[in-house]
Amino acid sequence: MNGWEPVIGLEIHVQLKTRTKMFCRCENVWGEEPNTRTCPVCLAHPGTLPVPNKTAIEWTVKLGLALDCEIAERALFHRKNYFYPDLPKGYQISQYDVPLCSEGRFVVPGPDGDREIGIVRAHLEEDAAKTIHVGGAAGRIHGAEYSLVDFNRGGTPLVEIVAKPDVRSGEEARRFLQLLRQTVIELDISDAEMEKGSLRCDANVSVRKAGEEGYRTKTELKNMNSFKFVADGIAVEVERQIARYQAGEEVMQQTLHFDPQTGTIAPLRSKEEAHDYRYFPEPDLVAVAPPADMVERARAEIGELPAARIRRLEAEVDLDLAYGLVTSGRDALYARVPGDDRRAVANVLMNQLAAAGVDPAAVDGAELGRLVAARETIPRQTFLDALGASADPDFTADPYLAETTVSDAAALDPVIDGILAANPGQVEAYRGGKEGLLGFFVGQVMKETQGKADARVVNERLREKLNA
Amino acid sequence: MAITREDVLHVAALARLEIPEGEVEGVREQLGAILEAVGKVSELDLADVEPTSHPLDLVNQWAEDEPRPSLPREEALANAPDPADGSFRVPAVGG
Ligand SMILES: [Zn+2]
Repeated sequence: MNGWEPVIGLEIHVQLKTRTKMFCRCENVWGEEPNTRTCPVCLAHPGTLPVPNKTAIEWTVKLGLALDCEIAERALFHRKNYFYPDLPKGYQISQYDVPLCSEGRFVVPGPDGDREIGIVRAHLEEDAAKTIHVGGAAGRIHGAEYSLVDFNRGGTPLVEIVAKPDVRSGEEARRFLQLLRQTVIELDISDAEMEKGSLRCDANVSVRKAGEEGYRTKTELKNMNSFKFVADGIAVEVERQIARYQAGEEVMQQTLHFDPQTGTIAPLRSKEEAHDYRYFPEPDLVAVAPPADMVERARAEIGELPAARIRRLEAEVDLDLAYGLVTSGRDALYARVPGDDRRAVANVLMNQLAAAGVDPAAVDGAELGRLVAARETIPRQTFLDALGASADPDFTADPYLAETTVSDAAALDPVIDGILAANPGQVEAYRGGKEGLLGFFVGQVMKETQGKADARVVNERLREKLNA
Repeated sequence: MAITREDVLHVAALARLEIPEGEVEGVREQLGAILEAVGKVSELDLADVEPTSHPLDLVNQWAEDEPRPSLPREEALANAPDPADGSFRVPAVGG
């Protein structure tokens, strides 16, 4: 960065998984046939009136509390006015100067300790409909012949979280987002799946000289739909801005789209000629005053936050493994698995057990602990089979632990001799310098012993015999 | 409060209204008169009056999160001038 400091402000949208929409009682669903979950309210027929979803309000309060926000005593809904086919009323019901939640903070553990990211606000609004652009290149807006609008998503509850520009790198943005995702999943208020669009992230990016006061011109990176794109997109944009300043050029304020395929950034066309939304209080809705019992019920449902658990686990494993365990929801199982080698336990949970696709909640920690402890003395395939079965009811490690690896040279030598005798061509090639053939011989021995041979001993004996 | 010709054209553009050149001045005068009438309120001393966002002194008018039937799709699309593929078809936007 040589003296430059990135300044990143994140805006995150979280789709709530309430049963119904925000202001009508149409079902809130994903992936159904288009326009099968609509009514006169969410289609904006004249004379209809919105009625807020109580659960959506309570869940927003719950999220606000988890973000250490102040909860408004009396919050208001406002109209945000703009014209677009995905918004049939000509305005979106959102919140403006009195959001439900404001002035919070979110702790993000990082390599240099805890970083506290300020939260400006978390407010509740309705989502727009889904628009599919037909014709033109690959569904992109540019060059489309026409657009199809599906109002199933129109009017569903959406929480917008605005963070202060406290994030300092693409990697930190990724960690913030992973922790926020895990938080809303544990609060049980959203699926928060980026690929499905139920978690969306925009980033305001600028850079400044280290020690410089105030902010320079920022650009907005829109709709990066994976954690990796968030990290990569921000990194690329930071580099671009620094390069411009170093070349004596300015940075223009604009909205940008990151193309993960090419790793490049291009300007998006703007929806509205000017962002002049003419907010005013929604006259069809009265104020929301979250009652004390609602706030206390929400508070009681918040468990220990992911950041605190990461901080504790980091002492036993390392930061990456701690993030992995917590943000994959595997840390509860990790705590139930006994064993002195904590990194080994964590690695098995994050790699082989994850690959086996079993439900961590259904695994008996004590039995898994026995497997992990024996991972180097039982055949690899046996170990993997055991992990695959570890979530079965009544699972026990016993039959798997009985299948020990053959590491006795006296038992392996006849097998190895047989393999060498059966492959004279390869033996000659190996001795002629093709040492890569060692893997071939090891594979043959493994095949012959159904994977039960100790790979280390096999390697040793093979080398000895081939180099003799 | 004086409203300018530029204000009129800006607001008209945001509202997607086309005001014929000959009518801009008339609209400007009318909007100015309305703002002036509303502006009378600011002549009062309102230092001790709480802002009002709604004439009804009610809060928390909400509903439980329980689904009710939606419209059949044919009915939802009945007023669409140009439906296609079970959707509202509109001219290409933004391109
Ligand atoms: Zn509806």
